[in-house]
Amino acid sequence: MNSTEYDIIIIGAGPAGMSAAALADHHKASVLILDENCAPGGQIYRAIEKNQKGDNEWLGQSHQEGLPLVEAFRRSRVNYQHSTKVWHLSSAKVVHYSVNGKSHSAQGKQILVATGAQERPFPLLGWTLNGVMSAGAAQILLKESGVVCEDAVFVGTGPLLYLIAHQYISAGIPIKAIIDTTPRGNYLRALRYSFGALKNAKSILQGWCWKREIIKSGTLYISNIGDVRINGSDSVASVEYCQKGKWKNLNCKHVFLHQGVAPELNTSLSAGCDKSWNERQACWTIDVDQYGQSSVEGISVAGDASSIAGGVAAAQRGSIAALNMLYTLNLISSSDREALSKPFKKKLSKEMNARPFIDALFKPHLRYRVPQDSRTIVCRCEEVTLAQIKESINVGCKGPSQLKSFTRCGMGPCQGRLCGLSVTEILTKELGVREEQVGYYNIRPPIKPVTLAELASLDGS
Amino acid sequence: MFRSINNNQGELITIYFEGRALNVPKDHNVATALLEAGISSFRQTALNNESRGPYCMMGVCFDCLININGLDNQQSCTIQVSDGMKIRRQVINTSGKNE
Ligand code: FES
Repeated sequence: MNSTEYDIIIIGAGPAGMSAAALADHHKASVLILDENCAPGGQIYRAIEKNQKGDNEWLGQSHQEGLPLVEAFRRSRVNYQHSTKVWHLSSAKVVHYSVNGKSHSAQGKQILVATGAQERPFPLLGWTLNGVMSAGAAQILLKESGVVCEDAVFVGTGPLLYLIAHQYISAGIPIKAIIDTTPRGNYLRALRYSFGALKNAKSILQGWCWKREIIKSGTLYISNIGDVRINGSDSVASVEYCQKGKWKNLNCKHVFLHQGVAPELNTSLSAGCDKSWNERQACWTIDVDQYGQSSVEGISVAGDASSIAGGVAAAQRGSIAALNMLYTLNLISSSDREALSKPFKKKLSKEMNARPFIDALFKPHLRYRVPQDSRTIVCRCEEVTLAQIKESINVGCKGPSQLKSFTRCGMGPCQGRLCGLSVTEILTKELGVREEQVGYYNIRPPIKPVTLAELASLDGS
Repeated sequence: MFRSINNNQGELITIYFEGRALNVPKDHNVATALLEAGISSFRQTALNNESRGPYCMMGVCFDCLININGLDNQQSCTIQVSDGMKIRRQVINTSGKNE
């Protein structure tokens, strides 16, 4: 089977991927960049070109920070394939992907995984009901299609939750209530890191302003709560929250959930990259060196796909990874690599200064990461409840992969993306061991569901 | 209720949900078009017959699977609408057959 060869193959056209692509192209590397969306920008700068025109004040300024990145990317001569599904990345740096139902393969000398983040699972009782969506989904609907939902209840914590609520309020869309699940103790814990955070006060202040404006707008804002659950038979009827030991009811038809983001793991893990548990962010992160090089030779991981640091940091990390790949390819010298990466490293370290503060402030409470009510569905695809997982543990289940054969948990089409973190933490808690001992699902190709027809269409096979 | 904030939705095309004609903006994805039309139940789960609809809108959760032009398991948040598209709610029983 012959596959096209490239110096660098990049998976993902968000800030990390776009920056890396433009820079690599500038230094004469041949680049293939594969992206799932129909336009560049990733999730953070999604539909940014489309929203450039027209009065979209609600988008806010940070969205516009992405424009120069997209423009530089568009000017480059890289082979950009949008609307593609990457379903295999091997440790030998072969990538299989499909476009319009037809599969292709490509061989890279270097690979950059820049697949970004996804929202953390938020396994509440009732989170599978019709009418419950993630806050990220609300933002995509707004940015990409100008579609909003009136009188929804927003539940959770994290900058993205405030951002979307703020965008709704600026666009004049009524919000029924915001239920803030930020644990009270987080404010105190975060204070310890405020000195570092002050070095990048802008990003902190912005989140603060959003929150203040939300409260000022008169939107019902509920905090310091003990627990939340969503009621309804087929679709949402109400949200219940527990405040000072009393359950209170809020009738609504739509709920948007959010409690932070975590790296997209499946791509890196399927290629064999090592990972570690990151207690500060309560998620797995991919082990990389200062250039983004992973434990698998020739495969680098940059941006939120390795660990969460946000869009601005992702652009810097993408550029630094690109310079290192160019050096490995003998396209630049090692002194060039050092000199050229300096400004990116400087900007990155400024971003990273604020990270411990943000991580501490928005770390979701264990109660919302490990569900309390045994009826809660943990694996949405295979409809596996916490009770079933506990039963398996009682009869000797020791890890996520074993849990698959006990319960089918994690075996559905999302391939553990919506339950993997919960499963690691449930097992850790129940078995009284460390996350590292429990581990994560073994991720095997295909990393996205493919049809037999798609497989058979592989060119040359 | 979902609604558009754009006064001008641009060119509209016709898609069919369970035989009902819907006029939708031509650059919407299928999931967005259906949500805007007030449809929230896209499929029924195989095990407990639970009703499900889109959750993430970014291709991660696979809860938006639906039958498009006779094919099951179409990830509607990643597929753009096209004129004349026929969409049906997806009901697959445990034997894997669409009812
Ligand atoms: S809504 Fe999650 S994959 Fe479509």
